[in-house]
This record gives sequence, structure tokens and C-alpha cells, in this order.
Amino acid sequence: MTEITTEKARIGAPSAQPFIDGFTEEGESLSPINAGSKAPLAGASAKSHSHGGGVGIPDSSRAGRLTSYKLADFKPLTGMEEDWRFTPLKRLRGLHSEVLAGAAPTVVVTGPEQVTVESVNRDDQRIGTAGIPEDRVSANAWENFAGATVVTIPAEFEALTEISVDIEGTSLEAAAQHLVIVAEKFSKAVVVLNHRGSAVVSENVEIIVEDGASLTVVSLQEWNDDAVHASSQQAKIGRDAKLKHVMVSLGGDLVRVTPSARFTAPGGEAELFGLYFADAGQHLEQRLFVDHAVPNCKSNVLYKGALQGRNAHAVWVGDVLIRKEAEGTDTYEANRNLLLTDGARADSVPNLEIETGLIEGAGHASATGRMDDEHLFYLMARGIPESVARRLVVRGFLNEIIQQIKVPSIEERLTEAVEHELALTDN
Amino acid sequence: MSTLEIKDLHVSIETEQGTKEILKGVSLTIRTGETHAIMGPNGSGKSTLASTIAGHPRYNVTSGSITLDGEDVLEMSVDERARAGVFLAMQYPVEVPGVSMTNFLRTAKTAIDGEAPKLRTWTKDVKAAMEQLRIDADFAQRNVNEGFSGGEKKRVEILQLELFKPKFAILDETDSGLDVDALKVVSEGVNRAHAEGKMGTLLITHYTRILRYIKPDFVHVFVDGQVVEEGGPELADRLEEEGYDRYAKGAGAAAAPVAAQA
Repeated sequence: MTEITTEKARIGAPSAQPFIDGFTEEGESLSPINAGSKAPLAGASAKSHSHGGGVGIPDSSRAGRLTSYKLADFKPLTGMEEDWRFTPLKRLRGLHSEVLAGAAPTVVVTGPEQVTVESVNRDDQRIGTAGIPEDRVSANAWENFAGATVVTIPAEFEALTEISVDIEGTSLEAAAQHLVIVAEKFSKAVVVLNHRGSAVVSENVEIIVEDGASLTVVSLQEWNDDAVHASSQQAKIGRDAKLKHVMVSLGGDLVRVTPSARFTAPGGEAELFGLYFADAGQHLEQRLFVDHAVPNCKSNVLYKGALQGRNAHAVWVGDVLIRKEAEGTDTYEANRNLLLTDGARADSVPNLEIETGLIEGAGHASATGRMDDEHLFYLMARGIPESVARRLVVRGFLNEIIQQIKVPSIEERLTEAVEHELALTDN
Repeated sequence: MSTLEIKDLHVSIETEQGTKEILKGVSLTIRTGETHAIMGPNGSGKSTLASTIAGHPRYNVTSGSITLDGEDVLEMSVDERARAGVFLAMQYPVEVPGVSMTNFLRTAKTAIDGEAPKLRTWTKDVKAAMEQLRIDADFAQRNVNEGFSGGEKKRVEILQLELFKPKFAILDETDSGLDVDALKVVSEGVNRAHAEGKMGTLLITHYTRILRYIKPDFVHVFVDGQVVEEGGPELADRLEEEGYDRYAKGAGAAAAPVAAQA
């Protein structure tokens, strides 16, 4: 026992041995095979939380993650992979295993006339500039998408109204989708991706924020109950450019979003916010990656989720990597979950890898819990009935994210959407 | 005319060391128009009494009763007590993130009155009450108690007292942590509410300072979970001069406080 205690005392050090079979420092390993495996690269050793890069050990550093445009480079999924261990593969409806031949959800873009919207072929030179698939489902979409929509905010243009990209699903045949958003130099805009309807779709969204540009991307997942959605949203952030990314997942059977922000030049700033509300049976997964590869960039991540009902499942994995070159980095990431009923489950894994000590600051935090009794007492002591008080607290909890959007019409819509979710709690 | 009656109240809490009795038989009757001050050293159970009346789940009533005009308060949930007319100005008001003061005040007023207040008069009332308590107008847009200073939190408690118009106000060390100016502002608020003649006040305090601004009709001294002495305002003056030492001396360190009085 003493040895294990010593081991645990070294913060961030991988445990030589899990305390409970199947549990590692990263949480529960959902694969039954891993727990008993004697293979050197399986189990806890393969999943260890390393800050040192760990050459040769798969998944030990976020920098070592396989990226490729080719589906064939990714092995078929088993559910044992680090980045798929929480995802119920059966419910992906073939996004990871089938040819994505279905019709992609329709895309309609509205916004100021200065903004250009193009439907382009696969060989358009802008495709592939912001991202390379990082997992099999994303690569599958890359391999199969027919055409892409490119939205360009011209240089130095400041959009006064938001640009809406309405993505409407009409079929449950597994499909691939591709979007490219380019905010040219010194432009300023808010782009809202509205995902609605019914779909089984793997989507790649490339976001290019050129030097000095300021872009807000809000991705709303308000799918019907039967939708399955995987979305890789990769952003490339230029010099002194600013990205605010807000991910909101409310509807759908399974929604798995993987936003990432990569700094390519100094002075960049990224804010990644997220809000999710998982109901009974829903699987809402968010895995994000912030790659500090250049000096003097800032990032701030805050994802907040509420869960209610049996088998409501939310997963949040936040990877922040500060590479050796990224001196002067300032970063913070946090995830908060509010469990409103029994039977819901939240997995939360903040990972912070730091390869240089010459940084401004780096922090990560995660908290999952029930509602604070003192909040309830305070409100109820003012005559507010318990059910109303609970709603107020949840609404307040999620408001912190909604308030970040700064587009009144969307804030209102989201507030309503949250109200709708809360109404379900009361039966 | 209303009456809040506390009879032989015994209250305990669960601690790591087991069950601990805090109140050991407290009886107290407060009527509309009266101001009662409860004074006593730290740990004497003053705040426990306040929280128990409001219904905080941490406190278990093991025996005794609390009634409001004959209605059993202990049978009521926390929100029912508030709607019945009991208001607790808390010693440490909690921050409720993401809930704006405006929304909170309106929701509470609606719950207490059983109907939404008329928007125009309500907005005016809130504004006027805030001005009188010298609370900046921008507080209305801020989240409940979030980032407020200690003094600001206490003013906002009194703001609620003035707006909700309870039958009985329990002020749990509202004066602690206030500078003299803030203490005056807060006291004026309580006096305004009291002057309407429809409220009884239970003022819990460690210090006599606030009693210069809020005049009590009755003073009760709490030591070790019991009332050890009762009197009129002159008792407060005596406490100001002598402090609580004479109770402690006779009691011999909480061993038998009742014996000291006997």
C-alpha cells in the first residue's frame, strides 16, 4: 500500500497499477480486455497521463496522435482506443465502418452580401488548409464527402449581423459533410452553424482565422432525437487573430464533437466554450484540443453541462498541449457538470501537457456534482418553491456560457431551448 | 396582529463527533410591532435559532415547537415558511451564479404574493428601495450576491426585507462586518420596514453597536443554547459596559449555565 500511496502523491504521475481493475487515473477503462491484459502497451501503461511526450507509447502525448486524410490509415475501431473508449460505437450507425454514401444534410447560408458562399469540389485548394482528420470517423467523412461549402468573410470586413449556416438533415443514411469557414485578414464576424432535423452524419468543419481577424463560431446541435452526429471542427489561428468557439449540444441520440484550435503564429487568442444538456439515453461527447505550438498565445476553455434521466451520458475530454516552442502561453481549461437526477453519468478528463516552463500560466479544473443545497436554501428561503429554485440554479449555471455568445437573438433562442429541457425535468 | 411563538425548542446538528445539541430549550414570543434583540457570545446558538426558524436542513428539531399565529412552522417547507411571512436576513448570503438580481427579486416577490407584481410599480419600488439603501442601480443586472462585498450583501438582504414585507424579520448578525456608514444605512432600512407597523423583528447580534440605531423592546441573552437573562433595552446598555464575562464566569465554561442563573 505504501508504494501506491507514494506513487499517487506525485501529481500527474501515472499509476503503476490501478486501484480498481479497469480504473486508471484517467477514469474508467470501458474495455473489459484492457483490464486483464498483460501486454506491455495495453491497460494502464498505454493510457497513462504523461507530460513528457513518451516516445513509442501510443496516446501518451496528444502531439503523437495519428492524423491522416486517408481512411485506410486508421484501423477499424474496437472501442478500446483512448479517444473512443467512452463512445458507444454501435450507436454510431456506421459512421466509423460504412461508406458514407447518404445525402449530406442541406446547407443554406444567409448573411451580409459581402460574405461569399461557394459550393466547391473536393479539389478546391482551400480544402485541407485548416485540418487533417484525427480519427477514423473524421477520415471517413473526408474520404466520402462529395462537395463542400466555403464561407468567406472578406478581408477587413466587419459583419454587423451574424452569418447563419443552416444544416438540415432529412435522411438517416450515413453521410459525410464538409464546411470551410475563412475569416480573412482583419475581418470580424459571427458564424452560426444550426444543426437541425434528422441525420447520421460525420462532418468536418475547417475554420481559418487569418492574421488579425476576429471570428466567433457558434455550433448548435439541436437535432431530432434520432440523429447521430460526429463533428470535427478544426481551427487554424493566425497572428494576433482571435477565435471564439461556442459548442452547444442539446438534441440528438449521439453527438460527438471534437473542436480543436491550433495557433500558427504568435499573439493568437482562442476561447472555447461549450454547453450541453443530456437527457435520458442521450450520449453527448466533447473532446477538444488546444495546440499551443507558437509563443505568446492565450486560450481559455469552459464547458458546462447539465444531465438528467437514466443513462444520460456526457463526456468531456480537454487536451491542452503547450509545446516547447510555446513560451509565454497563458491557458486555462475547465469543465463543470451538474447532475440533476440519479442514473446520469458524466465523464470529465482535463489533460494538460506542458513542455516548457516559460509560460504565463496554465491551469485545468473539473467538477461534477449535484446542485448546491445552499443555493437552493437561499432561494427557497425567499418563498421560491423548490422546483422553480432548481430551474433558476440550472439556468444560472448554463447562463454563464450563453452570456458569452453576445448575439441577443441566439442567446434568447438558447435560453428558450434550456427552458424546454428544464420543463422535461418537472415531468 | 401576528404572533411568532417558540416553545421549549431543542435543536441538534450532526457533526463528525456525533450529534450535538445546540439549543437546549428556548422559549420566545414575538408579536407584530415588537423588536427583540438576541445577544450572546459566539457559539451560544443565536444563529442556530435563526436558521432553525427559516428551516435550514442542517438543523434537527428534537423537541419543542414554533408556531406562527397557531400554524405549525416546523411542518412547513423552507419556501412555505417564507410565504407564510418569515424572512431571514442571512449572516452569509450565498452567491447564486447566473441568476440576475432582477429576475430573482421578481420571482421571489411573485412566489410570496402568489401573483406577479405589477411591472410598472414594481420596477419603481425596486429602484426607490435600492436608492434608499445606496445600492448602485447596476446591481439589478448583476447575479445574486456574485462579487458583492460583505456590506453590499447585507444591504441586499435588507432590500429584500423591504420589498417582500414579511410578518417577521429575523436578522442574523446583519451588523457584523459593516462599517458605521453601512450600519446606519442598513438600520434605517430595518426601521423603515418596522415603521409600517406590520412586522415583528428578531435581531440577532453579537455587539450592542446596532442597538444604537435599532431600538429593541426586549433583550434576551443567549448562553450555551439557552436564554439566561431577559429584560428591556437597559439590559443592552449593561451588556455594553460589562460584556458577556459575568455569564461565563458563573457558568464555569459551559458546564452548567443554568445553575449560574439559579
